[in-house]
Amino acid sequence: MSGAVPPAGTPPPPPPPPPRFADAAREALADPSVRRGLREATSAARAGAAGAVADSADWEELRAAGAAVRDRTLLDLDRYLEELEGAVVEAGGTVHWAVSAADAVRVVAGLVRAQGESGAAVADAPVLREIGLAGGLAAAGIAVLDAGAAAAVAVTGVDFMVAETGALVRSGGDAAPAPSAALVAVAGLEQAVPAWRDLEVFLQLLPRASGAGRTAARTVVWSGPVAGDGPAACHLVLVDNGRTRALADPVGRTALRCIGCEACLNVCPVYERTGPAAYGPGGAGPIGAVRVPLQRGVRGAHAASLPFASTLCGACADVCPVKIDLPGLLVHLRGEVVEARRDRPVPAPELAAMRAAAWTLAEPRRYEAALRRGARWGRLLARGGRIGRLPGRLGKWSDARDLPAPPAQSFRAWWGRR
Amino acid sequence: MEAVRVALFVACYNDALFPGTGRAVVRLLERLGHRVDFPAAQTCCGQMHWTTGYRREAAALARAFTGVFDGAGAVVTPSASCAATVRASYAGIARAAGDPALAEAAGRLAVYELTEFLVDVLGVTDVGARFPHRVAYQPTCHALRGLGVGDRPLRLLASVRDLELVDLPAAEECCGFGGTFAVKNADVSVALAADKVRHVRATSADVLCALDNSCLAHIGGALSRLHAGVRVAHLAEILAGPEEG
Ligand code: SF4
Repeated sequence: MSGAVPPAGTPPPPPPPPPRFADAAREALADPSVRRGLREATSAARAGAAGAVADSADWEELRAAGAAVRDRTLLDLDRYLEELEGAVVEAGGTVHWAVSAADAVRVVAGLVRAQGESGAAVADAPVLREIGLAGGLAAAGIAVLDAGAAAAVAVTGVDFMVAETGALVRSGGDAAPAPSAALVAVAGLEQAVPAWRDLEVFLQLLPRASGAGRTAARTVVWSGPVAGDGPAACHLVLVDNGRTRALADPVGRTALRCIGCEACLNVCPVYERTGPAAYGPGGAGPIGAVRVPLQRGVRGAHAASLPFASTLCGACADVCPVKIDLPGLLVHLRGEVVEARRDRPVPAPELAAMRAAAWTLAEPRRYEAALRRGARWGRLLARGGRIGRLPGRLGKWSDARDLPAPPAQSFRAWWGRR
Repeated sequence: MEAVRVALFVACYNDALFPGTGRAVVRLLERLGHRVDFPAAQTCCGQMHWTTGYRREAAALARAFTGVFDGAGAVVTPSASCAATVRASYAGIARAAGDPALAEAAGRLAVYELTEFLVDVLGVTDVGARFPHRVAYQPTCHALRGLGVGDRPLRLLASVRDLELVDLPAAEECCGFGGTFAVKNADVSVALAADKVRHVRATSADVLCALDNSCLAHIGGALSRLHAGVRVAHLAEILAGPEEG
């Protein structure tokens, strides 16, 4: 018995890696409540966003302006973050840097304990979900209370940080957290904007894209502790969690333009059917499928499966308020996954098949011979003009879909005889 | 209008599996008085390799494609996704391969999806076709968002005699094909197809048409498995009319 109990002070074993998207999605699809709940939520947000966008005659200019501010900021991010830290400290706040998601959770848990508290009010925000804050705090023995609960410590995500003044801005969301002792704001490094005037664009883009309306019902700005009003302490936890890795990828870095509106999730046909859980921890929908592998690397099976969790239909890119080319980034990351696998001693069956296909297609004569072979095989498999069952991995196709029997004559054979 | 010389890119999967679509394009363009060439060295644009992450293989196929069609004038294809690949992805393929010459070669090509060529270059919407059926049109993602073909296909269909165009609910939602997605994430792909099939069956259409036989094979494969009594056809086959003999 004693052998099964780890000695006190030993960290718990790491959780098993999350499943690959296709496997998690299969489970989610089997649960009808996932789809029902999501369809209503996503279609309401989608309709809200479409309405607000239709009412904005200058939507395309706003998007272009938002993308440009983001790109400019990301190029000089270290400078803006330094400026931001100085401004926050100047205003009486404290800045904490967290390298990983686990670091961020540890920092927040430490701040709660430092107030002598065993619970905190926790709001919902993309960055808090990304680092798994609620679960992490609970595992550390800290009670996670509702965002609106009266508590000494409140943890919230912020949407924007103004480098020039140190102001932290939250647009929309539920009731503003009103802790009596300490506010803990968590943000990703990329959420900095250079100056107050840059917010004008984002405070229009964010509510409209998220389906909240033309402007947010509530925008909260924190500018450090104020004597006699509000919490005595203001903490800002800046989360890297792979963002510097993403910044180092010249193609991938555009994903950090993201303002967390979730418009891309709400229009994604895959997300609508599988729900957030299928994507695993770290982020869901098209932007999650981009950011998780970009920030963590593509060696792990879970992260490597995410870029393939999309039909590349392009609906996300059409709605993204900062014009992130999400399908393009998914393809870029698929390329990273394949490149990372090329150096395996034994090539994966897919790599071998793709190489063989490319070799065949590279030479018209080989291609013609393959067409003739394919037609012969197809005729062997066909029944009544349809193929109902394909061999090997292609059986995944024929489990639910017929394939027309291949024709007696390819197009080029017909052309040659004409 | 003066006869135009057209280089047909039939697309490899049409060549092998849907040759009737290629024959329809030839029949249609020749009936309109134009001349069709079929450069025999063509194979594949590289789309599947590129979207599955096989950059090097895609670059090799893109180089071959630009070589075959260099100087060809108007290249016409009955595959919206291939047209979108050449026009929108070749620059990225060239960048990933560090091959600026490929980007330049791609920039010199004039590749049109069939309905773009008919409406924009030839300036026709009435191609003299007759098709006595109820037809629904599926705007495939590459046609709708990749190329932005807009209402060109609908304008062409509206001019077909005896054709009754019926509205497809939720038409702009992806059918779930997505190339290798259909196999890699077969369960989600089939779930999307099931919804598309439900919407198709809610119409009174006998025929579902589109500009991509790949998506049509996916939707049509599900319709066929369900014996839904709706068949799929590439738009070119409707516009070209029946084959003789
Ligand atoms: S990627 Fe674009 S659409 Fe998606 S959450 Fe970020 S900003 Fe919004």
